[in-house]
Amino acid sequence: MESFINTELSSRKSLNDSDYILQVEELNAFYGSFRAVKNVNMSIPARAVTAIIGPSGCGKSTLLRCFNRMHEVAHGARVEGRVMFDDNNIYATGTDPVRIRCHIGMVFQKPNPFPTMSVLDNVVAGRRLSSLWTKRSEMEELAEKCLRQAALWDEVKDKLKQSGASLSGGQQQRLCIARALAVQPEIILMDEPCSALDPIATLKIEDLMRTLTEEYTIVVVTHNMQQAGRVSDMTAFMLMSDDRAGELVEYDTTQRVFTNPKDKRTEDYITGRFG
Amino acid sequence: MPRLNFDKRLQNLQDELLVMGSMVEEAISRSTDALKSRNLALARQVIEDDKKINQKRYDIEEMCVKLIATQQPLARDLRTIIAVLNMVVDLERIGDYAEGNADIAIRIGDEPPLKPYIDIPRMADKANEMLHAALDAFVRRDADTARKVVAEDSVVDNLYDQVFRELITYMASDPSTINRAMRLVWVAHNLERSADRVTNICERIIFIVTGKVEEVGVAKR
Repeated sequence: MESFINTELSSRKSLNDSDYILQVEELNAFYGSFRAVKNVNMSIPARAVTAIIGPSGCGKSTLLRCFNRMHEVAHGARVEGRVMFDDNNIYATGTDPVRIRCHIGMVFQKPNPFPTMSVLDNVVAGRRLSSLWTKRSEMEELAEKCLRQAALWDEVKDKLKQSGASLSGGQQQRLCIARALAVQPEIILMDEPCSALDPIATLKIEDLMRTLTEEYTIVVVTHNMQQAGRVSDMTAFMLMSDDRAGELVEYDTTQRVFTNPKDKRTEDYITGRFG
Repeated sequence: MPRLNFDKRLQNLQDELLVMGSMVEEAISRSTDALKSRNLALARQVIEDDKKINQKRYDIEEMCVKLIATQQPLARDLRTIIAVLNMVVDLERIGDYAEGNADIAIRIGDEPPLKPYIDIPRMADKANEMLHAALDAFVRRDADTARKVVAEDSVVDNLYDQVFRELITYMASDPSTINRAMRLVWVAHNLERSADRVTNICERIIFIVTGKVEEVGVAKR
């Protein structure tokens, strides 16, 4: 299935502008005076999985967090450049970052359900915050839909009232994905979503990522190259340059990056001869 | 940071492919010698040794499967292993052609030769030379040499046409030669096919280097 999707994407000879949902232009990210990400340009195709890989400290997570204005949450952090989402620069003056994060959601490395909330309340928590008022029955409907999309419904339908923290790690992560889906975003950013999970739970999340591309765009940062190979259509390889800022070395279809990368540094990294 | 264990196993894989290649080269030249000198013991030896070539193919395939299963090879490493998996099939088949020719040498036995063998040994030498050059190109990851080897295939094709026409003339003028002449047509055909298989091997070498599967020898027909 994955290879079919990969092939399908790479066989689209040239993607039109409208096939891209995010266009990153001359993006630089700073922590105070330190530049963590340097001059990144990339276009992220809609309804596909784009993986960002690279060694520790190369700026992958920082770049990802620039895609929904989470980077600037850190003290002293700022961004230069543009991230075009539906023809609008998310960094344009007057843009509300909270609105952006409704369209571009995020799932983190460690599953972080709200421990005092039930499974059901966890799913709709973001939706409650972002909309004025919704009926209980509509909330329940929405929760079921999102839990089904997150491939978790069958496992939790009898314990919707239990605490979210009572679920296993893999279930908690899918709960967090359901929570992100409930806000009805177009893009879901995932920062190492499987690194705290066992191999079986990991494969479940990977399957889920593929299924979600029917409706959503996914950008995933991963340390696990095999995971990038299994789930993604596009792969971006980042590396720390001499001034310690992260650069985008190569960005191409996953098939190309994993079978015949253009850049020697990519080749060295993915064949395990880096460092 | 090198991957010492993996690199060593990749080197082993390459060495084994070269061993198999030299076994096949020997099979081609020995089967031709057996035919030329009517040495039936040598022909039987070629047939016996083909089992070793077949076994070598399976051993190499197993090495490839283990490397893929345990080392997660990617990029050039992956291309090398996939290419080797393809190359052993062609090498094994060339071995079968040599075995076929040894079998024909036995069938011809001590019948008087139809004519002095000149072009058939030339075909065998050329096919062997191509195989040797291809294996060299593999070791050096040299796509240009691989392309040149493919171009050499026309020499073998021309020799085959020549042998074929000549044997047809024999058969047309004296039907009593048909049996012997047909056997020699098979021998020449096997050698022609062997050279074609070498061009397949060259395509795989080009794949290792460029990442592209190209049919280099297609223009000749």
